[in-house]
Amino acid sequence: MRYSLAVLLKNALSGHAHWSPAWRDPEPKAAYDTIIVGGGGHGLATAYYLAKEHGITDVAVLEKSYIGSGNVGRNTTIIRSNYLLPGNTAFYEWSLKLWEGLEQDLNFNAMVSQRGVLNLCHSDGQRDAFARRGNAMRLNGVDAELLNGEQVRELVPLLDFENARFPIKGGLLQRRGGTVRHDAVAWGFARGADQRGVDIIQNCEVTGFRIENGRVAGVDTTRGHIRAKRIGVAVAGNSSRVAAMAGLRLPIESHVLQAFVSEAIKPLIDMVVTFGAGHFYISQSDKGGLVFGGDIDGYNSYAQRGNLPIVEDVLSCAVALFPSLSRLRYLRQWGGIMDMSMDGSPIIDRTPIEGLFLNAGWCYGGFKATPASGWCFAHTIATGTSHPLNSAYRLDRFATGHIIDEGGKGAVPNLH
Amino acid sequence: MRLPCPHCGERGNEEFVFLGSADPVRPADSEAPIEDWIDYVFLRDNPAGANRELWHHTYGCRSWIVVRRDTRTHEILGAEPARSLPPPASTSAAK
Amino acid sequence: MTPQTQHTSQPFRLASGGLIDRATAMPFTFDGREYYGHPGDTLASALLANGIHLTGRSFKYHRPRGILYAGPEEPNALVELRTGARREPNTRATVAELYPGLTACSQNRWPSLAFDVMAVNGLAAPIFPAGFYYKTFMWPAAFWEKVYEPLIRRAAGLGRAAREPDPDSYERSHLFCDVLVIGSGAAGLAAARAAARSGARVVLCEQDFRLGGHLLSSRDEIDGKPALGWVAEVEGELAAQSKVRVLRRTTVFGLFDHGVCGAVERVSDHLDEAPPFTVRQRYWKIVARHIVVATGAIERPIVFPQNDRPGIMMASAVRSYVERFAIVPGRRAVVFMVDDSGWSTVEALQRAGASVAAVVDPREEAPERARSIGDAKVLCGATVTGTRGRLRLSGVTIKDRQGREQYIEADLLAMAGGWDPALHLTSHLGSKPKWDESIAAFVPGSLPSHIDVAGAAAGRFGLDAALKDGVRAGSEAAHHAGFASVSLAPPAASALPMHTRCAPSWRAAKLDAKSFVDFQNDVTAADIALAAREGYRSVEHAKRYTTLGMATDQGKSSGVNGLAILADVTGRTIAETGTTTFRPPYTAVAFGAIAGRETGKALRPTRLTPTHQWAAERNAVFVEVGQWLRAQWYPGPGEADWRESVNREVRAVRSTVGVCDVSTLGKIEVMGPDAGRLLDFVYANTVSTLKVGRMRYGLMLREDGHVMDDGTVARIGEDRYFLTTSTAHAEQVLRHLEFCHQVLMPSLDVAIVPVTERWAQLAVAGPRSRELLAKVVDGFDLSTAQFPHLSVAEITICNGIPARIYRVSFSGELGYEVGVPADYGDAFIRLLVREGEPLGLEPYGTEAMTVLRVEKGFPATGELNGQTTARDLGLERLLSTKKDYIGRALQRLPAFNEPDRPVLVSFAPVNASDILRAGSHILDLGAAARIENDLGYMTSAVYSPTFGHHIGLGFLKRGRDRIGERVRAYDPVRNCDVVVEVGPPCRYDSDGGLARA
Repeated sequence: MRYSLAVLLKNALSGHAHWSPAWRDPEPKAAYDTIIVGGGGHGLATAYYLAKEHGITDVAVLEKSYIGSGNVGRNTTIIRSNYLLPGNTAFYEWSLKLWEGLEQDLNFNAMVSQRGVLNLCHSDGQRDAFARRGNAMRLNGVDAELLNGEQVRELVPLLDFENARFPIKGGLLQRRGGTVRHDAVAWGFARGADQRGVDIIQNCEVTGFRIENGRVAGVDTTRGHIRAKRIGVAVAGNSSRVAAMAGLRLPIESHVLQAFVSEAIKPLIDMVVTFGAGHFYISQSDKGGLVFGGDIDGYNSYAQRGNLPIVEDVLSCAVALFPSLSRLRYLRQWGGIMDMSMDGSPIIDRTPIEGLFLNAGWCYGGFKATPASGWCFAHTIATGTSHPLNSAYRLDRFATGHIIDEGGKGAVPNLH
Repeated sequence: MRLPCPHCGERGNEEFVFLGSADPVRPADSEAPIEDWIDYVFLRDNPAGANRELWHHTYGCRSWIVVRRDTRTHEILGAEPARSLPPPASTSAAK
Repeated sequence: MTPQTQHTSQPFRLASGGLIDRATAMPFTFDGREYYGHPGDTLASALLANGIHLTGRSFKYHRPRGILYAGPEEPNALVELRTGARREPNTRATVAELYPGLTACSQNRWPSLAFDVMAVNGLAAPIFPAGFYYKTFMWPAAFWEKVYEPLIRRAAGLGRAAREPDPDSYERSHLFCDVLVIGSGAAGLAAARAAARSGARVVLCEQDFRLGGHLLSSRDEIDGKPALGWVAEVEGELAAQSKVRVLRRTTVFGLFDHGVCGAVERVSDHLDEAPPFTVRQRYWKIVARHIVVATGAIERPIVFPQNDRPGIMMASAVRSYVERFAIVPGRRAVVFMVDDSGWSTVEALQRAGASVAAVVDPREEAPERARSIGDAKVLCGATVTGTRGRLRLSGVTIKDRQGREQYIEADLLAMAGGWDPALHLTSHLGSKPKWDESIAAFVPGSLPSHIDVAGAAAGRFGLDAALKDGVRAGSEAAHHAGFASVSLAPPAASALPMHTRCAPSWRAAKLDAKSFVDFQNDVTAADIALAAREGYRSVEHAKRYTTLGMATDQGKSSGVNGLAILADVTGRTIAETGTTTFRPPYTAVAFGAIAGRETGKALRPTRLTPTHQWAAERNAVFVEVGQWLRAQWYPGPGEADWRESVNREVRAVRSTVGVCDVSTLGKIEVMGPDAGRLLDFVYANTVSTLKVGRMRYGLMLREDGHVMDDGTVARIGEDRYFLTTSTAHAEQVLRHLEFCHQVLMPSLDVAIVPVTERWAQLAVAGPRSRELLAKVVDGFDLSTAQFPHLSVAEITICNGIPARIYRVSFSGELGYEVGVPADYGDAFIRLLVREGEPLGLEPYGTEAMTVLRVEKGFPATGELNGQTTARDLGLERLLSTKKDYIGRALQRLPAFNEPDRPVLVSFAPVNASDILRAGSHILDLGAAARIENDLGYMTSAVYSPTFGHHIGLGFLKRGRDRIGERVRAYDPVRNCDVVVEVGPPCRYDSDGGLARA
């Protein structure tokens, strides 16, 4: 069923009794051409683009819980392409371009809102580093503006310009960055994939891979054995666990990242603002809640919850940046499990096992990457080779030294 | 989260800095096969369950400690000073 | 004002009873009108005393809403409390304590609460079902940001945040205890007393300002006395014990790992303003060995058509307003119950003089109690099928057992929909609640051994059960914490066992698009059915699609009803349907409370150098360098801008002498017989071959082969080395050294001592630096013959003050660093300046230091950015081939040896007046500004007074082959594009002769 205002009005007349499911709930078949393990944003996007771009529709997405139950449903909804290093900028820019046309493409309003993303800087050195990044973006054809303190004050007047521990010297603004209604991304891709014939199978956990003569032959699941020639794994947070079933060790640790939302208030903060002297980012949702977060807790975890030290730091930063937020209340905190990779960058690649493909290692950055990740992963699965956009995201880059370390932090995942 | 520092007793995790798994063993020397080095520097088991991990009591005794902790529940299974562990191969070489 | 007029000004206040102080009248205003209440009131009770039920508008349809609850689970009665910088949006009137002069405003309505234009949304409700926005607003694409979204954003949101900094203060505090009891109802008090009697350190937290929980609104008896008497007795016993701490107005908002709990104490919220030196709220981090959750239960609304009008309240809330606050919330009531606790409400209303027009119970039989309730009509097997009244309930339609409908006029409808254990805290650590069919409610799942749940929170309903369970949990908690159990007989309760009978309410009526489940978010039964129809059948999908349970009460009132309806429409049981996850905070927490004092200027510690006071007196401009404040430059008389000051400082170093505080450099002593061996392992170059009294540049790599840090290492004794690190990496390097020693080489006999703050270290640089230092050292020969470049000595200055002197130069000039004990730093710099000024000395700051080192091509933070290798920096000659060291092995990887890697070079503008800026990218002349033509980037750029033009450092592909060539420094984000000439990194005194002189 195609969505439109007319259809909405028509359904209103019948008391909304005739809407059809956004996606079917099929029983898994015995075999598929391609299986995507993981019904999160990336997995669903992969299935969608496999069908749309490559005509591969004999596809099942296997999800151990409900679709969108991982990080696509528990992030701070930010999209941007303000990256520095070759290998990153073009990829994330492609993602942003896909975001820009996504709703019409999917016929599903995910509320892509290009409100702007402003990274604040607090020292001359940081401003220069931002200039380097902004210039790299411009060389990639990406919008970037370097603002001085006054320009920042005009855009975000509630920031503390009077009593700040780290004075605001300026910022790097990407106007095309913004936010997206995160759950709707999973649902929109699921609906789009389903309409193109993809089977979305929830409550179906993969328990093992069948590998024959170095080739994948299928998966064992809680709903039985399913054969497939090609299998793509997109289970960020659990990549190591799933890869281990295929005998692979990954350059990844699982870490918990907390996020927060405040009670809904009337519009207060217009764009996404990130702090440069601490780890903190904030935006306001269309519903009115301030959505914000900070650093990962810093220790390996598969529990989707964190501890108080980070809560304290995040709220200290929030009030330091915006002193008028002090009396607002935060309503909910939650945790997601991040694939923290050894260089802070993702992997979209083949694996040493023929027919088995891996999409992993997204650190904090997975949500904004969703469309391009699915698009590139679909290309890699369909063609057996990387697209130039994901050619840097190789699994073997650690063995060749071609790491992509935006922060220059080294092989310590919790520093990225 | 509370961590049992073998020297200082139980303390809040804000006093500690986490490094990562304590399992990887540094190859005996820099001429060891490069694959061993890639393994040591970059690859991790990342278990969902008991994990041996290195924490540094930065705002305490400044000891590196090895904590055994369940990554699913955060339950602490034990802790000991890193320096009391059997030395990795590279140490004996250095000595 | 006489007591008489106070009373008459509150028409719904009872003449007697209640826990309020009638002798004092408190004025307050709501939406600009003045009313009176009494101490002991909440804003909600005071409004009800004045006959006001209409307190808010719903989020989506702007329907008029009244006070539903008497506690923190309130979804409707949200107000903006206080004004100006203290304005607090979304404050629940049911927990806001009344204080004289309280000012509150209704929110999310225009122009007024009674007449809200946005209520038109309600008329359009048929086209605004759950998730409608996912299906439209997509055309044309550009309209989303420009048209639709601004409208939606303006309409959304609840109250308005303050727009000025919060004038109040907050603090963080820590508590450690053996037993933490959360909740002071019957179970909590019994548990706290039992634990306290066994000698444990007990903390009891109660979110209300009074202990007692549901006992405050009951007429039950304990041990033959009124329950409140028992509460007072226990309260007294706890207060008398030094090991017990009772925190009122304190909400435990979250349970975290290993007994850590977060709580917020509202210290001054019940006052007009916080008294001097008193915080508004205090965040407690409580570490408990054992936790007893005794948080009671929350009454569940009943879902039926038009169940949301002002005047429809929870039955337990009605009891609370009658018994605790001495208010009759309506004159003519209907009580709709599926749970026997509703009978207590019938009795309470009758005692308060209200008439109970009907008791509606879908169950077939009334209990014994029904016979003694006078003239109220008891309709068994009946349900409420609708209500009337716009801004206040005016009547109720009831369908009886035979299917006949009757309309009964009423201004109050009490709902007793059963009880949900307040188990939220128990699932914060990941435990999933379990559905218990026998009580038609979720109960806590399995918990870690240090957490116990007592009383109604565990699904053990009734006063008797609460008291018994409380005693049990308290004794066991103390026992687990290592205290001997004290045998304690549970008090005896008079009350009828609660919850003897209950029925699920949600099938009691035909549900429709005005049968509200989540009141605040306007989620109806029809919305949940629609979500299921569209495939959002998982409880999480239904929640996220409809926004059920995502309002400020986080589903406390709506969760189970929503689940039950979802289960019903999807043909599953509730147990199969599952539940969403409860997460912290239990009730919303002010940002400021958690931030405490650690915000604003105190967000991070501010580290001051030993010469800070002196520099401040000299009007230095300071700059944040990590946590440090350093002098950036020292403005001089008549200087127009910072550039002139910096130029003067640079010239002084190049021509006479300058002094700069470099105490922020990380300083570490490594001692012991194996110190050299450890350092050889940590540094890429060899250290152990240093002779005592000598020092050298040291380069540290990370194990992944990239540069971690650089600095100097001086051998000050046979077994003693002194290291400096960059300011930025001081802590990281120290921890790394400790790692290498303790983890990788634990058998080495080494001690590592951080001494950064022990030493005031001053750089004295320039051709006349030797001459200056000769005036202060105690007879130490500074000549190059005796003390050549890269020497170190322990000396005394100023007649016996211990000092260390290092001959080292970061400027390229003859230079020294002198370390004196930190407390002498201030005196020492004053002395140097006094002695040096006749020689032409100028103190210099970080800005001049940068100019000097860029002229010399020395890398610093901009170049040591964690992405560069020794070879990139031109330092490959330092990489030892004779030993193992951290970071050596991976140098073999192909990426480290690619000829195309950008390497360190310098740049100078071809047109000498052009300005260079760090962050510029490098392109070939004539090359298009595209990423594939990117050749590198500039990391540092300064105006060099020495050369009379800007110079820069940066990384350039094949840079060493391109010395003398021209390239573009392209900086579009600052609209700059400058032709530059490539040079070697070092442009000043490239053979280093000056420093060695």
